[in-house]
Amino acid sequence: MKNFIAKFINTSALSRDNSYCYQDVSVFLSDTSQLKSKEPFSLPESSKKPCIVCRNVNVFYKNKQAINDVSLDIYRREVLAIIGASGCGKSTFIRCLNRMNDTIEGCRVTGQILFDGIDIHSKDMDVVLLRARVGMVFQKPNPFPKSIYENVAYGPKIHGLAQSKRELDEIVEVSLRKAGLWDEVKDRLSHSGLSLSGGQQQRLCIARTIAVNPEVILMDEPCSALDPIATARIEELMAELSQEYAIVIVTHSLQQAARVSHRTAFFHLGSLIEIGPTEEIFTRPSKKLTEDYITGRFG
Amino acid sequence: MNRPSRIPTADIVRRSLPRRYKKERRFLIYGALSIVVCFLFLGIFFSGIFRMGWRAFFETRIKLPIYLDPELILPYNIKESDYGLVISQSLQRFFPDVTSRQEKRELSKLLGAGVEEVLKEFVIKHPEAVGSAVEIWLPAGDGINLINKGVISKERAIQAGLVTEGILQKFEQLSSDGRVSTGFNSRFFTSGDSHTPSMAGIGGAIVGSFYLMVVTFFLSFPIGVGAAIYLEECAPKSRLTDIIDININNLTAVPSIIFGLIGLAIFLNFFKLPRSSPLVGGLVLSLMTIPVIVIASKSALKSVPPSIREAALGVGASKIQTIFHHVVPLALPGMFTGAILGMARAVGETAPLLMVGMVAFVVDIPKKLMDPASALPVQIYLWSDQPDRAFNEKAAAAIIVLIFFMIAMNSAAIFLRKKYERKY
Repeated sequence: MKNFIAKFINTSALSRDNSYCYQDVSVFLSDTSQLKSKEPFSLPESSKKPCIVCRNVNVFYKNKQAINDVSLDIYRREVLAIIGASGCGKSTFIRCLNRMNDTIEGCRVTGQILFDGIDIHSKDMDVVLLRARVGMVFQKPNPFPKSIYENVAYGPKIHGLAQSKRELDEIVEVSLRKAGLWDEVKDRLSHSGLSLSGGQQQRLCIARTIAVNPEVILMDEPCSALDPIATARIEELMAELSQEYAIVIVTHSLQQAARVSHRTAFFHLGSLIEIGPTEEIFTRPSKKLTEDYITGRFG
Repeated sequence: MNRPSRIPTADIVRRSLPRRYKKERRFLIYGALSIVVCFLFLGIFFSGIFRMGWRAFFETRIKLPIYLDPELILPYNIKESDYGLVISQSLQRFFPDVTSRQEKRELSKLLGAGVEEVLKEFVIKHPEAVGSAVEIWLPAGDGINLINKGVISKERAIQAGLVTEGILQKFEQLSSDGRVSTGFNSRFFTSGDSHTPSMAGIGGAIVGSFYLMVVTFFLSFPIGVGAAIYLEECAPKSRLTDIIDININNLTAVPSIIFGLIGLAIFLNFFKLPRSSPLVGGLVLSLMTIPVIVIASKSALKSVPPSIREAALGVGASKIQTIFHHVVPLALPGMFTGAILGMARAVGETAPLLMVGMVAFVVDIPKKLMDPASALPVQIYLWSDQPDRAFNEKAAAAIIVLIFFMIAMNSAAIFLRKKYERKY
């Protein structure tokens, strides 16, 4: 009998629609404060409010569980780095945050991800709107095979963010400036986005993302295909962008995590092992696994 | 485990090298040989067809003075006048030594069976010439034509009863007077089918084939591409879509005559659409072409890298926006290539058209989609069935035209692919 009840609770917790009804959001909020008190870290006062709240997130590919009960918060104007060995579910996790996993056949997400207090899987949150507010930069630079201008203008165009051609031009210029690409491409906006170098392409992708003016930018190993100089440029860019946006970056480079992030989360085999201020994680990790990973004993 | 007694690797490898290279050389020879065989057969095929068919593009013409008798060609009755009589009277005037009834009848074989039409066209164009004598180039008779172009020898022509000694003498006399010429046979491309070879052309068949292509393309391309987009991009992958997939693949292997039977049963018998019309033919060919386009379009869509889709979804494009703004434009060259190849197959198809009645003898050039029409491959089939040598020559010429169309379409497919192929 006990088994049966446990099973029942389990299944209802797994089902998206039910979980939102029977569990109160306030439970999570109080939970958040607990978490906060446990892990104090210094951030500007205004960004203390979490922007994305994840509770008990599980991801399954068919029957294989890829993410195991991950709960964490993402704050405004912070850079959160997610580190861990290959295949530990880092990418899978950040792809949950803008529901990119919807496109993968047989992928199932359970648990709660609240963006601005709304469950991103509920009917109140449209996936198109979510992706406009939570932008994403991918591992391999993937500009559209169109002109540089078209690449940046595409997002604002489909969302109707510009009323006139002049406004659109302005958005394109501002986005390219923010991405630090304007001076390099201003004379050849009509050239193909594919004519740029790898690092420039990745910055073009960042410009394309910020042209929509999202609230959160997800970066899935944005520098793994780039050389050190291009990487340094993108890291600089992240520091600037974190003045305005929340940034979640998945990275294989511990140095990069240490350089750019305010907080770091360590994933291992689909579970969140530890999350805390970057300095703490890298100097005084509380878990043995984290320490082993950071000191290079495995991974 | 390095035992000291082991033979060094280098020695073993060196020993096996000659054998390996021999194998490689043998394979290269096999490859070259198979290509040579392919080209050999292609060469035999093309040279045979061209040797047979090129003559049909030319015709023998004879210049004769024709007196346009105003008593026979009445101004209000230009179209209905007896031009046969006009010609035979002029012939008699030109060859006054011909007197017997038998010889007179023979004389008419000097000119083709369709000369009345040619003369009629001339008079309609120049009505002011009525009442005067004009020198006109007229198509020669079939027997004369074959001899002049060297298709058959004089002896054999006489044996076969195509010409008589007397006619041949007259022809040679004309030839030495400079009244015989060989010119490009434009009538072959403009006129419809006929019972007389010198008048028969592929104009009607080309127009029929063109209508077929139009119907086939505008039906099968949207349907095929739509189905491919839905199956590849939208439909959830399930057992049902797998079954649909397999069956679409199977459809391409269905013998084409079966599609003809379907067309006969559905479009003709059930919907009562007009028999022999390009509309029905096009519908049947669409049934055949759709699976080809679906498969080509699906693989074109599949080859668009997922990173492009993710990029579009990542900035907040909806599924349909992603498909139509990014995926389809990249897949379009592949889709067009598939469509053109499917159409090239359809344009050469005969069997399904036989079943929907497009084998009929059609003289008029079709004006509407509902008019009875024939198509190029069917015309070839009809002509190659004729006992008359002159028709075989026409069939070979029609094959050349058909092959030319095929090559043009395939080249267009390659051109499109090269032009719009984009790297991503």
